[in-house]
Amino acid sequence: MKDIREDIAWAKINQDVLKSLENPRKLYWVILFVAIAMLGVALGCEVYQYNVGMGVSNMDNPHMWGLYIASFIFWIGMSHSGTLLSAILHLMHADWRKPIYRFAEAMTTFSLMTAGLFVAVHLGRVWQIYYALPYPNERGAWPNFQSPLLWDAMAIFTYLSSSIIFLYVGMIPDLAICRDRMHEGWRKKLYTLLSLGWEGTDRQWRNFRVTYLTVACFLIPLAVSVHSIVASDFGMSQQPGWHITSFPPYFVAGALYSGCAAIITLFIILRYVFRFEEYMTLPILKKIVRLTFAIAMVWTYLNAVEFASVWYSHDQASKDVLIQKASGTYAPFWWGMIFCGSVVPLTLAFKRIQTNIPVLFAVSLLLNLGMWLERWMIVAPTFSHGIYPWTWDHDQWPSFVQWGMVFGSFGWFTLLFMVFCKVFPSVSMYEVKEMVYHRSQESKRLEETGKFAAAGKGAH
Amino acid sequence: MSISNLLENWSKFRHTHPVDDKPHDPYKWAMSIDLDACSGCNACSVACYAENNLPVVGKEKYAHGQVMHWMRIEHYWDEDVGEEGGREFPDQGAQFLPMMCQQCEAAPCETVCPVGATNHTEDGLNSQIYNRCIGSRYCSANCPYKVRYFNWFNYPTTDNVWPAEMVQQLNPDVTVRGKGVMEKCTFCVQRLRAAEVTAKSEGRLVHDGEVQTACQQACPTSAISFGNLVDQESRVHRQWRAQQVELDKDKQAKDDHEEPSELRGYRILENMRPYPSVMYLERVRESAI
Repeated sequence: MKDIREDIAWAKINQDVLKSLENPRKLYWVILFVAIAMLGVALGCEVYQYNVGMGVSNMDNPHMWGLYIASFIFWIGMSHSGTLLSAILHLMHADWRKPIYRFAEAMTTFSLMTAGLFVAVHLGRVWQIYYALPYPNERGAWPNFQSPLLWDAMAIFTYLSSSIIFLYVGMIPDLAICRDRMHEGWRKKLYTLLSLGWEGTDRQWRNFRVTYLTVACFLIPLAVSVHSIVASDFGMSQQPGWHITSFPPYFVAGALYSGCAAIITLFIILRYVFRFEEYMTLPILKKIVRLTFAIAMVWTYLNAVEFASVWYSHDQASKDVLIQKASGTYAPFWWGMIFCGSVVPLTLAFKRIQTNIPVLFAVSLLLNLGMWLERWMIVAPTFSHGIYPWTWDHDQWPSFVQWGMVFGSFGWFTLLFMVFCKVFPSVSMYEVKEMVYHRSQESKRLEETGKFAAAGKGAH
Repeated sequence: MSISNLLENWSKFRHTHPVDDKPHDPYKWAMSIDLDACSGCNACSVACYAENNLPVVGKEKYAHGQVMHWMRIEHYWDEDVGEEGGREFPDQGAQFLPMMCQQCEAAPCETVCPVGATNHTEDGLNSQIYNRCIGSRYCSANCPYKVRYFNWFNYPTTDNVWPAEMVQQLNPDVTVRGKGVMEKCTFCVQRLRAAEVTAKSEGRLVHDGEVQTACQQACPTSAISFGNLVDQESRVHRQWRAQQVELDKDKQAKDDHEEPSELRGYRILENMRPYPSVMYLERVRESAI
């Protein structure tokens, strides 16, 4: 089967994609409404917590960090898939990414924006958050450059601003199409402004290619560094269960994993809501599923490495934390993480499932549930069973405020994402055209040289 | 703010290893606690509440772990308690450990604070700047002893924490902390500073015994001694020397003896190398309670 039909007319591509900017299905408005309602829950919780104090989250000594930090890592992790698809696969000339990279890139930006909010929500004095930035001030006070949290703040800001630039640069030719095709109104003005006078001349295309490639190359190391630095928050500490050298690669693998799983989820939703069946085809889905499977196995391997290195380390405190994870209060969640993260992806190895949309939808949600649990299981058990025995005497359960905030963050992300899809083309029109063109050229060439049948690429 | 500030003055606040880097002079405040003398009466803890304006959070928040006792008495039992031991509390075998901020020389909390709200002072204290703290709680996450306490609520305005008439009792030398900042034992820094300033104005150094911490003052059995470790004649220095405990070692003489020795001095979690400033004297008598 082919990734995409080779005889789609260019005008039809424009028409199909631009249709997603017009009146959408009713389902779209339902999703939007639900997202806003979820966000409302989080806002309510934040107002309450802001007024009364962090204590309402049920955190205590020693449980100083909770779901906020866990969800922060989760959302940072989600952001990695966009860069993987758009930048890394771009450099590797994997052209099947073309119909789907735009929404993955948007996902990167919006999940980073969600993660940033969790930092704010977590702080005891959020109104002083700017102290963590090296801004000029009359007191000569600097932030502490030794702290991994400061590296975090810098890495996230850099990654967020770069990925917004990358998303925008890649969209310029499409914005010009929107400008030319849309009816009068505020959006036409917006597209006119954002498309920077794009006319599609040779010179513009050349400059565009170079810019896009440069930003892509710039973004790849950032994606690796940002999650390595999040891992340093834990790896650089002295606490058992955190002080593990393999954390940075483990975190990056986990990030790519949850990001790929999220791409499957959003792929299926967009394909249905905006009727993108022509572009988001099953063969492309199959390729992402295989990629996800591979990354799932890498993650499982790194997990095993972590357990083994703790087990054979002769560090009794770390060992105890591991034993507590597997048998203590958190055991159901820890085993849930192992099941969702390492066992469920095994189903993706079956060819039948690789194109079965309902099953894939469920599996992708389960994978992300597993990855969320993983982040929670990194953060929480170390607090309940740390080095110091006096802190072992009580368990702690996050209050509705924490859960409400986690719940609402999904609403915030969905809201941003759905609004984006309605305002900007979520499928890259010019690159789909390119893909269709290259594919048809290739078929033609193969036909002419008579290798068509031999290569086994005939239409089924 | 300038780059030169970053490059030149940095080492003043940050040491890779404060113990070797720059010896403390003329003061290094330190403590020693004799566990043999401690009867677990909690007077030190109460004195600390009074001296440092600590909020009394009430039963519910105490049970929840949101209590603010800078100085806490930890109970450990010789036998198993609870279900395994068959009884909720054993009749005998209680051991007490007064635990407060250990004022580590290479404090794990200092390096991780994103805003530099916790720093090392020249007289060897681990200071906390409330105004600078943004409440990321990373310091507490990285503290081996979990002796940092977070203001989960705005305690001064929370019901039943400071009844109106108790406002008269507040210590005017100590800030009342608002919600969202971290706090911890300061070795009664307000008393230290007052004594240091008085001594300086009189052109001398602080005498041994001139300044006491609130917990030390309240201890009925004199289990706590406090003083200047640099001063060769101070009680604390003599105790540390007698026990052959040294500030910049991660293993003390007591640990090297295979046979039981006369030495009782040790510091808690030394193997993690925070180089704490509090020496404990091991308990040798049978538990009385």
